[in-house]
Amino acid sequence: MFATKSVADDLATAPLKGRSLWADARARFFHNRAAVTGLIVLIAVACFAIMGPFIAPWNNEDIDWNVLGNVQTGGRPSLETGHWFGTDALGRDLFARTVQGTQISLLVGIVGALISVIVGTLYGAVAGYFGGRIDNVMMRVVDVLMSIPYMFVLILLLVVFGRSLFMLFVGIGLVSWLDMARIARGQTLTLKGKAYIEAARATGVRPFTIILRHIIPNLLGVVIVYATLLVPSMIIYESFISFLGLGVQEPLTSWGALINDGAAEMTNGTLWMLTWPLLFFVITLFGFFFVGDGLRDALDPKDR
Amino acid sequence: MSFYILKRLLVAIPVLLFLIVFTFVLMYAAPGSPFASERGIPPAVLANLQAQYGLDQPFHIQIWRYLVALVTEFDFGPSFIYRDQDVNSLIAQGFPVTLTYGFWSFVVAVLVGGALGILAAVRHNTWLDYLAVGVSIGAQVLPNFVLAPILVLTFTLWLGWLPGGGWQGGQWQFVVLPVIALSTSYMASIARIARASMLEVLTSNYIRTARAKGLPARRVILRHALKPALLPVISYLGPAFVGMITGSVVIDIYFSTGGIGQFFVASALNRDYGVMMGITILLGALTILFNLLVDVLYAWIDPKIRY
Repeated sequence: MFATKSVADDLATAPLKGRSLWADARARFFHNRAAVTGLIVLIAVACFAIMGPFIAPWNNEDIDWNVLGNVQTGGRPSLETGHWFGTDALGRDLFARTVQGTQISLLVGIVGALISVIVGTLYGAVAGYFGGRIDNVMMRVVDVLMSIPYMFVLILLLVVFGRSLFMLFVGIGLVSWLDMARIARGQTLTLKGKAYIEAARATGVRPFTIILRHIIPNLLGVVIVYATLLVPSMIIYESFISFLGLGVQEPLTSWGALINDGAAEMTNGTLWMLTWPLLFFVITLFGFFFVGDGLRDALDPKDR
Repeated sequence: MSFYILKRLLVAIPVLLFLIVFTFVLMYAAPGSPFASERGIPPAVLANLQAQYGLDQPFHIQIWRYLVALVTEFDFGPSFIYRDQDVNSLIAQGFPVTLTYGFWSFVVAVLVGGALGILAAVRHNTWLDYLAVGVSIGAQVLPNFVLAPILVLTFTLWLGWLPGGGWQGGQWQFVVLPVIALSTSYMASIARIARASMLEVLTSNYIRTARAKGLPARRVILRHALKPALLPVISYLGPAFVGMITGSVVIDIYFSTGGIGQFFVASALNRDYGVMMGITILLGALTILFNLLVDVLYAWIDPKIRY
């Protein structure tokens, strides 16, 4: 409410100038306080993941032998020992491990979202544009894949083919595009009837060119919003797998694995092992949700 | 209606078959025999073991036998690790537990979430609305595996009110925390969906008409607005069910409730293919059945769906 009002004020005083759809959306987005806060948090977390390894005095696999055996006291977060976040139960530096876990979790989230954007959008656009029997078959396939408890299949895949980052991406890629395909299809169905698509068809543009040049650019708004909201759910999937001990292998780690380790040590009075990874997990998810909501408000044609 | 149900059933059967075959092929293609870990087995003994489990047969005979046993007598086959148990007995042990807390979680999520969402929409822009929105945003970032340790930390370690694990035949103290951990994020989603759709319905013309002709507010909401507002909630029940089934794995591990998820993860870590296959197929079948139920319910409530 406030955001749109102040945008209106700005626009009333500004000199007359053509505004593109995207500039309009950008202005709306930056007037949304929650979304901007979320964006700042996300940038901070990304900086943490990228710069962390260069400023951490320890790395993520070395054991601090001075701490081993008395982690409860010696492993506390402190500036003197260089363990800013403390150590884990094995005496490894938690700051370095959190940095490394953040990298993996963000990577999984972004790769999952990318797969969904590329595969799901194309799939949905093709199904929606061609319609008829093609659409029917393509969407039935999505229905079938959606009704399978994919988490169990993913765990099966990880156990059968061995745990690796690659397998994790394969598993996440298998499921992440389904919702996107549905959304893209629905949007394509409404776009299909528009005059400019008809004009393109009438002038003899080939179907795939129409999809790539006219349909997909017009889907982007919805796709971006949904992709932003998809990143946190991908992060949650990966953390879930890691929580079960089936994710990336030691010494690599991720938020889910760190949270699991921390939760296992909870009764020993070493709460920092749980709180640090949990903090990063929670603020990042909040960040993505707020940015996603902000983008939706900024880009959703329904609210205009 | 009965034709529609029949049609959906006919779609569900190939899906189920696909799941079984896919799982079986995956297990068949898995490197290493289930008995590979026991080194020093003489070849003759290994051959006998494989013959006993039918693993010496060609692929098509193995899968045929599995399917026949599954369809005709609900026999999920043996466990390759626990020689004295088969998958059926593990399921019989774990399933009632999973069903108990799963049922309560579902009830809590739907009833509390639905009520919260509807109330928030009816009392739009009051403290109740803000509370509901706040809760659902907060619960979004707390999936069950994050919420579970926080709950145990608070209610077991600090307050000492509830036990942090175990099952004890399902006494209520042991059920509360698992149910909260499992249901919260779905409750929040349902509340959000219910609120959004109720808000939309409440601004529609026919509701304005109902109000204009002087119907009491209670009647407008319960009689006219509730049914269409609940449609999006119903279509979310399928994904919520899948999520809760998946989440039961976390609950079983975290709270040592002894449900089916515990066997699943144990079998995954032990490479006990028989058990993994059995549980995947069982839960897949349940999911497909439930989705069918939701579809039928949806078609029954929504007059726009023709069948």
